Amino acid sequence: MTLDPTLSTAKVLADYPIRKGFWRKLLAIPTAIFGLLILGVVTLLALTAPLYIGPAQLDVTQVSGPLLSPPGSGFPLGTDQAGRSILFLLIWGARTSLTIGVMATVLTMLLGSSIGLVAGHYQGLIGQGLMHVTNWFIALPSLPLAIALSAVLGQGVVSITIAIAVTSWTGTARLIRAQTLSVGARPFIERERALGASDLQIILRQILPNVMPLILVSSTLTVASAILSESTLTFLGLGDPTGVSWGTMLNQAVVQGSVTAGAWWYFLPPGFAILIVVLGFTLTGRAIGAVLNPRMATDL
Amino acid sequence: MTQTPQLNTAGGRSTDLPPAASAQLNGSTFFRYLSFKVISAAVSLLIIMVIGFVIFNLMPANPVVALTRGRPTSPQQMAVLRQQLHLDQPVFERFFSFVSSTIHGDLGHSWQYNQSVSSLIGERIGPTLLLTLTAAFFSVLLGLWVGVRSGWKEGSVFDRINSSIALTLWSVPTFWLGLILLVGFSVGFGPFHGIFPPGGMSTPGFSGNEFQKAIDVAHHLFLPCLTLVLVVYAQYSSIMRSSIIDEKGSPYLLTARAKGLRDNDVRRKHAVPSALLPTITLIFLQLGGVIGGAIAVETVYSWPGLGYLTYEALQIPDLPLLEGTFMVFSVAVILTNLLADLLYRYLDPRVRAQ
Repeated sequence: MTLDPTLSTAKVLADYPIRKGFWRKLLAIPTAIFGLLILGVVTLLALTAPLYIGPAQLDVTQVSGPLLSPPGSGFPLGTDQAGRSILFLLIWGARTSLTIGVMATVLTMLLGSSIGLVAGHYQGLIGQGLMHVTNWFIALPSLPLAIALSAVLGQGVVSITIAIAVTSWTGTARLIRAQTLSVGARPFIERERALGASDLQIILRQILPNVMPLILVSSTLTVASAILSESTLTFLGLGDPTGVSWGTMLNQAVVQGSVTAGAWWYFLPPGFAILIVVLGFTLTGRAIGAVLNPRMATDL
Repeated sequence: MTQTPQLNTAGGRSTDLPPAASAQLNGSTFFRYLSFKVISAAVSLLIIMVIGFVIFNLMPANPVVALTRGRPTSPQQMAVLRQQLHLDQPVFERFFSFVSSTIHGDLGHSWQYNQSVSSLIGERIGPTLLLTLTAAFFSVLLGLWVGVRSGWKEGSVFDRINSSIALTLWSVPTFWLGLILLVGFSVGFGPFHGIFPPGGMSTPGFSGNEFQKAIDVAHHLFLPCLTLVLVVYAQYSSIMRSSIIDEKGSPYLLTARAKGLRDNDVRRKHAVPSALLPTITLIFLQLGGVIGGAIAVETVYSWPGLGYLTYEALQIPDLPLLEGTFMVFSVAVILTNLLADLLYRYLDPRVRAQ
């Protein structure tokens, strides 16, 4: 994503609003169909989960399955050390992981886009100051910073979400700033200004719609990395210990010794789930990027 | 900061080649560039300290309560603790005493180990350096090799396979990849027995000469290092790939071809050296990612380094210790970024001439 911040500023979208034919072009890309299918299926499973999974089936004290048994009849993916079905945990975990991923992305985008827009529009002292702050944040190692933040904020979903947002807005801010600069230099902005539009009007009515496609691509890719960060932070023990997410499943598998006992059915499924969902978001994001700007199709 | 004069003489030597007058000019611009970079690194350090102070000293609601949790404490003892932690002083005074003690290497006292944080970090920094440097070395080798191959023949089968592998490895959580390798090659599954130790850095009670000890450490190092290489190399290969693709259209390659050089020679002797320039800087800038990977990998393999120390501190949570490791990681990233800037300037004559 933010592999090389110095280069990514150059890969700015040309001025392509989302227009007719977007979906047709998007669905002509095989990886886009694959990515969208993954996202559709996982979202559907996560949304409908309460219809067939009750709280009793996830409560350690109320389940009656065999303890840590391999996949068999009744439990297609086996059970954990408390006798809960791994399949149900996996589906329920999608809710937490997707929620954190999306919430963290919304926060990241709000923070990154507003800083990027302001820094790009007001090129004086404000813009330079904001870019300095952004560059300092880019220099910080993100995982140690996220660990420090969520350790101080306390275990739980909220602190992880905040920690992810605080450590991942910089790339977005730089991209949006570069795009704002290129849109801001175009004649129609000058026309608006001549007609007496205020700065706020120009930013919201003229620049924002033109930056929107970039925000869309960037958000899709940010969800992917946010889900990865969530799993890492939760695995390290920063998650809500009573909640069910893919990260907590992996954390429990290690802490309770299932991994060293060779219980592959416990720790493989959550990892594959993360892999598949992250791939889904990444492929979709790249495909949207490729449709909106064919020039950056090869290397986003 | 004290390195400034030394580095400057090194820079001065490198500009000995041009005639004396221009060498002097280059030397002075280089010094200006160097001091600018050193000053901005120092500013970054100060900002890291502000962030560390805010996170660890201002954000926790009541450190005294956190410190005495689970132990019966009288109000008098609480008051003494507050004084010991300087919580009764104004914020600015606390910040200045924090900065001065950090600069003097005093990072506080670990709650968990009842030992000074700096001595703990001193014990654990060696294994982390061993792991990250070994992993960085092999991932650079692998990444550059793969990147050159796939960039040179863009769109070939090799390139496509490599892109898919890189994308998959990017999408996998580092610690989970570590767990799979751990179960596959150390714990063993079914009839297969593991051939690598499950964790730690050496076999407990191992005795032998220095060489045998080194072999034992290497045996323990293999799996954590492999995990880190797999996660990190893909980034290097994609950087090198796009760098090679950028160079491929250059006129000087046409000249090389027109001279009648074989494709291999054009690649090795002409394209790769110039494509390496931007790549090397970016490799240095990726260090933050290596550190993040090291925390996850060390946790999975109980590798006794700073990452595992961070994990142990998190379980309490031992805030002074976390603060210490955060500082060390951040300073490491700032120093490598500085090194990257200087290296880039040294390696790329176009930048030097500006």
